[in-house]
Amino acid sequence: MKRRLVLRHGPLSARLDVRGLVLGAVVWLAAAALGFAAITIGQYPLPLRTVFDTLAGNGSVITYEIVVNERLPRALSGVLVGAAFGAAGAVLQRLARNPLVSPDVIGINAGASAGAVVMIVVVGAASAWVTAGALAGATVAAAGVYTIAWRRGFSGYRLVLVGIGVAAMFGSAATFLLSRADINAAYSAAEWMVGSLSGRSWPDVVPVAAGLGLLLPIVLASTRQLRVLELGDDLAHVLSPRIGRHRAAILAAAVGLSALATASAGPVGFVALVAPQIVRRILAERTPSLLTAAGTGALLVVTADLVARTAFAPRELPVGVLTALVGAPVLIGLLIRANRIGTSG
Amino acid sequence: MRGNRFALRSRATAPWAIPGAAALVVLAVVLSMKVGARPLSWAELSDGLLRFSGDRSDIVVRHVRLPRTVAGLVAGVCLGLSGAVAQGITRNPLAGPDTLGVNAGAAAAMIAVFAMPGLGALTGYVWFGFLGGALAALAVYAIGGSGRDGATPVKLALAGAAVSALLTAMTSAFILLDRDLFARYRYWIIGSLARADLITVGQAVPFAVAGMLIAVLLVRRLDAVALGEDTARGLGVRPGVTRGGGLVAVVVLAGTATAIAGPVAFVGLVAPHAARALAGTAHRWVLPLSALLSAALVLLADVAGRVVIAPEEVQIGVTAAVLGGPAFLYLVRTRKVAEL
Repeated sequence: MKRRLVLRHGPLSARLDVRGLVLGAVVWLAAAALGFAAITIGQYPLPLRTVFDTLAGNGSVITYEIVVNERLPRALSGVLVGAAFGAAGAVLQRLARNPLVSPDVIGINAGASAGAVVMIVVVGAASAWVTAGALAGATVAAAGVYTIAWRRGFSGYRLVLVGIGVAAMFGSAATFLLSRADINAAYSAAEWMVGSLSGRSWPDVVPVAAGLGLLLPIVLASTRQLRVLELGDDLAHVLSPRIGRHRAAILAAAVGLSALATASAGPVGFVALVAPQIVRRILAERTPSLLTAAGTGALLVVTADLVARTAFAPRELPVGVLTALVGAPVLIGLLIRANRIGTSG
Repeated sequence: MRGNRFALRSRATAPWAIPGAAALVVLAVVLSMKVGARPLSWAELSDGLLRFSGDRSDIVVRHVRLPRTVAGLVAGVCLGLSGAVAQGITRNPLAGPDTLGVNAGAAAAMIAVFAMPGLGALTGYVWFGFLGGALAALAVYAIGGSGRDGATPVKLALAGAAVSALLTAMTSAFILLDRDLFARYRYWIIGSLARADLITVGQAVPFAVAGMLIAVLLVRRLDAVALGEDTARGLGVRPGVTRGGGLVAVVVLAGTATAIAGPVAFVGLVAPHAARALAGTAHRWVLPLSALLSAALVLLADVAGRVVIAPEEVQIGVTAAVLGGPAFLYLVRTRKVAEL
């Protein structure tokens, strides 16, 4: 049995899972700590004291430039993007009742990339328009996948297969644009397409921060409906006849979260897939808490970015390459495991 | 008579399906020779082919259209056969060179070799492409086939997507650390017939022939395997041997196509379905029909790519994905994917 902490106050009561709470606190604290560590590390190493001084307004012009305009937005966008992907992945996996469903596997990120690449390569636009392009692409992809995969119900595996097909089509459109563009635009678009935090500044933090601020509360508020939906379509309809609307709203919120995260940092691969799985494995629980999954995502992205920018110094790898190199084997492991116990296919 | 025992449902349309598909290929060849940035008349075409005098239209015929058409034919035949054999040995309607990860494996291996200095000749790269494709296909087949019920469509497609993702991440790491490599990669990664020359195609032909021979030898066995593991054993066919030989054929054929044209998605997956729709499931019809239809599809997609934004071109890799992607989605949506 798990240890639960039950709080009662008059008519109100809450049952808290101690291990879940501890894990949530640990991952969020670790993500924050690594975020600060990332601010100190770089071409000009800065002691933590200087960083805090600068943040308090007592730094020199140079440290202000490095800390406030360079490293802080980068670290912050890493945390926020990871959190958004982690939450979106947890929501989608619970909604589809399938551990393989995540925005990258079902084609949402491919759509966002294609939209953004159109903006970078064809229009030559700046970041606000890239955000708009990513949002439009993600929406088109999500709507397409959802319509094609919906057939008197919602099979997780049909969703995944349709997603693979849609992702391949968007992917080939994006590579086509890359081959026609000016080499520098193509390179930056290619870097963008694997997910990168390089050179992120405050305008890049805004979309994902706004997305988290608006959509995460919606998702958290519908935890109860999510529980009902997890029981399967038939049971959900019996328990709550208008559950269809809730499903649409939750799905839209998850797509929005991952699209805005993609707009900020590109489709950082596999974070959305892996973060909820890590939480599930550690807690041995089927339904990872959304906030803990978000914290795990944040920790993953911040760690990966720190490695990606220091391991090959002075060169930088985009963070998405690293998360994919770690995440794809996890996916393969999940598949083998699912095959062994015979839950797939 | 012995052949009939193995033959599955074979529709009455089969007798004219092959000539019909062959006629389609001829039409595609003619279009591929005539249509393009510089349309050629019949007279120019026959002049260029038969009486080469070195004027501009002759050069277009000999050095642009002919290599391109031959490359499309060979690559198309290889893709179609490879897809048909892949679906036969796995009994899986979603199997194909791309879903098995052959393309991603070949790309990753060739990029890894490009990144290493000192390996000069192009022929060397092709070998690494084969090797990478073979390893990727083996990995996908091993992962997707683990567990009790073997390689079901869903398991195989997922394993293919996962392995492809891993290989693509490795490829990205290489190209994003090296801009020169990226500059070459962004053209190579899109399948295209425009860069084909007769020498490269000539080097690839022996591989194509070897792959075809294996496929021909397997025709009967594939029919037996289609009846299920136990039935195949009862008929005296060892499924393991058939699968092993088939996998070799798939990799050699898909690798040859990739060496000629670069990665071309969905063609190898879709052509066998069209073939089965026309001629039933007996492999003695499915294999040749799939090869012919795929060759026609590749050539027509290439012609379409030359016309659609003329005077510029859309590469075959893109037109194939645009045409083949919806077909894949249709298969996923309408078929009971669990069965073939």
